Amino acid sequence: MASLRDIKNRITSTKKTSQITKAMQMVSAAKMNKAEMNAKSFVPYMEKIQEVTASIALGSKDVSHPMLTSRPVKKTGYLVITSDRGLAGAYNSNVLRNVYQTIQKRHKSPDEYAIIAIGRVGRDFFRKRNMNVILDIVAVADQPAFAEIKDIASKTVGMFADETFDELYMYYSHYVSAIQQDVTEKKLLPLTDISSSKKLTSYEFEPSAEEILKVLLPQYAESLIYGALLDSKASEHAARMTAMQNATDNAKELINSLSLSYNRARQAAITQEITEIVGGAAALE
Amino acid sequence: MKTIKVSVVTPDGPVYESDVEMVSTKAQSGELGILPGHIPMVAPLQIGAVRLKNGGKTDFVAVSGGFLEVRPEQVTILAQSAEQADEIDVERAVRAKQRAEERLNEQKRENIDFRRAELALRRAINRIEVSERKF
Repeated sequence: MASLRDIKNRITSTKKTSQITKAMQMVSAAKMNKAEMNAKSFVPYMEKIQEVTASIALGSKDVSHPMLTSRPVKKTGYLVITSDRGLAGAYNSNVLRNVYQTIQKRHKSPDEYAIIAIGRVGRDFFRKRNMNVILDIVAVADQPAFAEIKDIASKTVGMFADETFDELYMYYSHYVSAIQQDVTEKKLLPLTDISSSKKLTSYEFEPSAEEILKVLLPQYAESLIYGALLDSKASEHAARMTAMQNATDNAKELINSLSLSYNRARQAAITQEITEIVGGAAALE
Repeated sequence: MKTIKVSVVTPDGPVYESDVEMVSTKAQSGELGILPGHIPMVAPLQIGAVRLKNGGKTDFVAVSGGFLEVRPEQVTILAQSAEQADEIDVERAVRAKQRAEERLNEQKRENIDFRRAELALRRAINRIEVSERKF
């Protein structure tokens, strides 16, 4: 059995850990609220751009644009959004496992796919496995502004345009609620499933529908990427909050059981001392 | 006078929302003025200023590209970035301008960087001009 001092040390260190996890939980809770608000303020932009894109792409049949048409697939792009740091429960591993298995299933050689990694954990995961990471960005802020992600988003869309890959899938963790996040696979390019719930308007185009699609579609695809990033940031903070909550709870449980055995050991030591004293006194008589 | 609802929206949230009498801006095909009751229209924008006239007063918003959607009762401008004139960080724009100019002087040969620097320069100049209301 562990000595009194050992148990006491373990109790103090567990207490300190639980203070840290508790603090991290509260930080994540605050960040999650903010991330949720960011995601909300993005909604009007997304809705509008979706509505206009749908009106143009579905409304006029004779327009075509490379980003709207599927072509034979020689290479597939995967855009994977993870976090920079761990301690977020299964947040990263869920996404990575899903992508990894999909790639193993669909492709035989690394020439058939390319990975674009947002977030350090994802980048390191794929690099370590010698998978083809062509573009990466790390240290994205907790409340990312569009300007931060614009570069990688437009490069990604550009790679589809110059046929580096012929289709693009996006993997991220969709924020359902504070306790539920789902790994989501979304086909980003070509944009084949544009739809709008609202009534389509027929527009005049200035100068022409083709010219507008040229500006609109990349902007639309980039905003989809940004939307996914905001969504997964909210998930990240939610996942971290839950993980830290669990850690704090576990620490408390551990402290309880350690205190119990500490008290028991202390009691045993006292009992032993008394027995020794009584035994000593009896021997003298 | 009749007014039309205008909103300028960016991925980071709405920047400007108000009822105005006239919207004028620079589309890629040229200068464009919109009054209430305009037919539905979509046009891509240049990097430039959007002028919103209401009463005797004119508001300025700097936009970096994007496009304009017009409906009879509403105008929406969707841009990747936009700022109202008094919210522009002029110092930052001046720094961006210097950076872009330096880059343009350095690498006249590489095409892609050249184009990006040029766009950055135009955005910076646009911001500075809008903040000084030089239109």
